[in-house]
Amino acid sequence: MMQNTVPIANPLSGAFSGTGARAVPVSFPGPLPGVPPASVSEPLINPATTGKDAPAKIAVQNLNFYYGRTQALKEISLEIPAYRVTAFIGPSGCGKSTLLRTFNRMFELYPDQRAEGSILLDGENLLTSKRDVALIRARVGMVFQKPTPFPMSIFDNIAFGARLFEPLSLIDMEERVEWALRKAALWEEVKDKLSSSGMSLSGGQQQRLCIARAIAVKPELLLLDEPCSALDPISTARIEELIAELKNDYTVIIVTHNMQQAARVSDYTAYMYLGSLVEFGETEQIFFKPRRQETEDYITGRFG
Amino acid sequence: MGGSLVGDVFNMNSHSSPALRQAFFLRRKRINRVALTLSLIAMLFGVFWLAWILWETVRLGLGGASLALFALDTPPPNAEGGLRNAMLGSFLMVALATCVGTPIGILSGIYLAEYQERSRLAGCVRFINDLLLSAPSIIIGLFIYATVVVYSRQFSGWAGVAALALIVIPIVVRTTENMLALVPASLREAAYALGAPKWKVISAVTLKAARAGVLTGILLAVARISGETAPLLFTALNNQFWKVGLDGPVANLPVTILQFAMSPYENWQQLAWCGVFLLTLAVLGLNILARFLSRHK
Repeated sequence: MMQNTVPIANPLSGAFSGTGARAVPVSFPGPLPGVPPASVSEPLINPATTGKDAPAKIAVQNLNFYYGRTQALKEISLEIPAYRVTAFIGPSGCGKSTLLRTFNRMFELYPDQRAEGSILLDGENLLTSKRDVALIRARVGMVFQKPTPFPMSIFDNIAFGARLFEPLSLIDMEERVEWALRKAALWEEVKDKLSSSGMSLSGGQQQRLCIARAIAVKPELLLLDEPCSALDPISTARIEELIAELKNDYTVIIVTHNMQQAARVSDYTAYMYLGSLVEFGETEQIFFKPRRQETEDYITGRFG
Repeated sequence: MGGSLVGDVFNMNSHSSPALRQAFFLRRKRINRVALTLSLIAMLFGVFWLAWILWETVRLGLGGASLALFALDTPPPNAEGGLRNAMLGSFLMVALATCVGTPIGILSGIYLAEYQERSRLAGCVRFINDLLLSAPSIIIGLFIYATVVVYSRQFSGWAGVAALALIVIPIVVRTTENMLALVPASLREAAYALGAPKWKVISAVTLKAARAGVLTGILLAVARISGETAPLLFTALNNQFWKVGLDGPVANLPVTILQFAMSPYENWQQLAWCGVFLLTLAVLGLNILARFLSRHK
């Protein structure tokens, strides 16, 4: 039943044996015979040539990012296709979360962090936009690693963001809250206790609450920063199902440490290492025919 | 290679003889017992004095307690009386000082924790606040005496309120800042990520998450000032008579206790014990309330 709701790329679904795909750790095949491994000296794959089936929602061009004097992102360029799920993978500290946090200018909260280059959201450069950052964040929702329910009721948690931008009547707000909770597959579990605290939910429920809260603002882009790393396998499966459904309405970017998860949920995958984008392409291609040796090493677990 | 490493560790363990291990274990157990006994003695020593203080307070305070305590004002020597005026005066001054000091303290705490976390100005303010926090309260009393009482040419309840408020502020600043700093950054980020402006993030999310801690800080500040004597000696002074209001000298429990306890009159000494008992009860109640609040998030 999970299998039905998750449209993973076909050649991959073969690799995950049967319905237990989520629980079983998958060993990826080694270098395919006949596909010569890409030489290390090969220039960075140009994202524009990776052949996308959807227009770009976000276009990153020559992005550099600094924590104080430390450079965390180096000349990143890539295009995130609309209404698809894009995964950022790579070892800890490679800059994938940092990259994600530039898309809603989250880094601006910390004075010693800065970004250079351009990030075009539907053609508008987010980094130089004169628009209030709050309006950008209303278009770019984000869900964090650890569930972060606010210390208020479930209803108020969901309504919090929507109230900031729309003067909804109580009836409209109730409708919006139900809509968001249904989208996040949480409605059935909480519909009778909307006034109880958001903190009273289980970890998996809290994370879906956070997704509902982000959706309630009606963003165009949804950033998920390791949304399942604090959750058990069952909750993880539910969130992954949810991600597959969300891409009908949103462009989704997910940062994950879990390569199986990237393979399961994403259409496109970007592999990052030491602040650089090593390879970006369709998930299927990245996992089965990586063009770069580093990508292959990481994916097959021979990394480091 | 990994397998052989595990094997080595296993071998090392099996080398030490059982007798040696037993001796080692017994020695550790003895040390543990000695340490435990010492800390138990230290604990009992502390509790002993506290229990004695409480016992004397209850014995001597409750002994002379009657309804007259709440119905009559402080009497002349060797006459019947109570502590009605002192209780009212203390209540008025403590309540007002809390009302003045709390908002200033909370807002400053928010400023330090949320707006100027690492700036030089915040560092200075934090340092001065810590000084104020640990300053002997007699200094604060003397300061208000020099600035308010001398200029207005009169001891007054208002001056008392000012002195007590000055004691409340640094306590509330400290606890508010600490409690806000304990709120995880992820919670703040989550609110910002929804497009909330800063004031909204602070008022609706951060402050709410730290609510129990901030309230506890306020209650502890109230407990602290309700027993302060030194700052009132120079400011509110004392008053024999019933008065509703803060103009002129105002009766209050701590100074009344001081005056009565030092007197040679038996009925005054008795009333002093009653006052001590009432204060202890109030502070105990506030502490219990503070614990209760911090437990229920």
